[in-house]
Amino acid sequence: METLLPKNITNTIDHWIQKFPQGKQRSAIIAALHAVQHHNKGFLTNDLLNQVADYIDVPKMNVYEVATFYSMFQTKPVGKHEIAVCNNISCMLRGSNEIIDHLEKKLRIGLGESTPDGNIFLKEEEECLAACTGAPMMMVDHIYIENLTIKKVDEILERLKKSND
Amino acid sequence: MTEINKVIFSNHDDSESASIESYINIGGYSAWKKIIDSPDQNTTREKIINEVKASGLRGRGGAGFPTGKKWSFMPNTGKQQYIVCNSDESEPGTCHDREILQRNPHALIEGMAIAGFAINATVGYNYVRGEFMEDCYLQIKKSLEEAYEYGFLGKNILNSNINFDLYNYLGAGAYICGEETGLLESLEGKQGKPRFKPPFPANFGLYGAPTTVNNTQTLATIPKIIEKGSKWYSSMGTEKSPGTIIFSVSGHINNPGNYELPLGISFNELMDISGGIIDGKELKAVIPGGSSTKVLPGHIISKCTMDYESLEEAGSSLGTGAVVVMAEGTCMVEMLKRISRFYYAESCGQCTPCREGTGWLYRILDRITKGQGLETDINLLIDVANRIEGNTICAFGDASAWPVQSFLHHYFEEFEFMIRNKGKSRAA
Repeated sequence: METLLPKNITNTIDHWIQKFPQGKQRSAIIAALHAVQHHNKGFLTNDLLNQVADYIDVPKMNVYEVATFYSMFQTKPVGKHEIAVCNNISCMLRGSNEIIDHLEKKLRIGLGESTPDGNIFLKEEEECLAACTGAPMMMVDHIYIENLTIKKVDEILERLKKSND
Repeated sequence: MTEINKVIFSNHDDSESASIESYINIGGYSAWKKIIDSPDQNTTREKIINEVKASGLRGRGGAGFPTGKKWSFMPNTGKQQYIVCNSDESEPGTCHDREILQRNPHALIEGMAIAGFAINATVGYNYVRGEFMEDCYLQIKKSLEEAYEYGFLGKNILNSNINFDLYNYLGAGAYICGEETGLLESLEGKQGKPRFKPPFPANFGLYGAPTTVNNTQTLATIPKIIEKGSKWYSSMGTEKSPGTIIFSVSGHINNPGNYELPLGISFNELMDISGGIIDGKELKAVIPGGSSTKVLPGHIISKCTMDYESLEEAGSSLGTGAVVVMAEGTCMVEMLKRISRFYYAESCGQCTPCREGTGWLYRILDRITKGQGLETDINLLIDVANRIEGNTICAFGDASAWPVQSFLHHYFEEFEFMIRNKGKSRAA
């Protein structure tokens, strides 16, 4: 079967394996999945999981377990850019529900869905992202954006839209 | 006026506080160098642990276990032992570890080196939550490289025969990995499901080897304690809660922020420092130490001082020092529903009372807010919460039950009102 792991990805995996004692390469699964998911535009496939398992030399089940346990891994296709709005207590007290409502209306999708053009993935309500003093906040492609206002959100959406044109 | 930012944050007036030069300017790495130069390493080890014990430092990750005591549990097996930092910050309301990673990374690195030396661990891992990957992780990654370049880490450090290698690790999104044995499982590349204890990590930790897990803030406090002495550190704070803690103040407050302050500061002064309640409103309630700690009504916490004893006496706890402020008009049913959704979403699922119970709690609260609550729901909530508490492998189960118990204890009428009025909030 054709390899889905290009050299730069296997280099990254090798770098992580080195951090752990000999024989403990299982510890590199999470980092490997981050790298592979990023390379695959935001989600994992069974073929990718299998190849990661073979490359790291661990049973496939070990990789499946990790891919399905952690909230940052997507095992179904999603939009290219990920928006994750924190809606835990500190953000909720500062208006995160309004931010979510606004995003849903503007993008015409609900939480957990992607836009039909495949550009934006609006992640499920995010649990606390540890930026409570900058509430309300969201992550856009893992970049923290704090002290959100509707205006700021609109600017970000505009930028993401342009990047898709 | 109480002085702020005296220990970890002491160079925060410098916009380049994260740089190694800025850190060295305020005495950074001098404690580590002194240790490296010490003639008798075994005596030094003992001295460090005694100094940390004498400082009264307690774990700032939420449980408040005395740090020096935790270190003293570590055996010296002559085999590989580990120091692990818990930078998996995710307790709702808490965001000071992120600021340390971003602005004071070298305090953490030096703290880990000292801790590693004290507990005979020559390898350390800093477990950073995955969501930080493009945020403060970039800084701690860069700073770690700098520390190696300066020769503070690695093999035979500054020709001393001391070895200490430190690695950053990234998680992938799971609150439960903040539980120390869940964290170790995750670090081994598994699902972050907490282990049965005993054995404790000091006997059976990472890869089965003796391991100590400390929180970011705890470890970042260590260098200054060793540099300036336990007396200096414990001269701040109170007799029973010595030293400083970083409060993350969020919610309905004018100047939300992380403030490093002596323990025992009055709640009212903390509110003044954070600029007071928004729009000149009255204080309604406060969650004093992250969502897992019990809520306290404004009139109770206003009489408290912010330390372990005072908040325990008031029926809550200091937790992570994450102070979530709620002004008048906040609907406590909606708040509790949100908190319960969090525990439902984050339960790792291995213990039945927690996996099933957190779902029950959330669904009952959800139907109350949708006007479909039953008169019997309040008792059902308490019953479910009581059946989770104490019946799970880790403290997560308790943490899911405490908010339910405390919100109902203090705001019973709001729940009753909403049930009787088909979802209408009494707070509004």
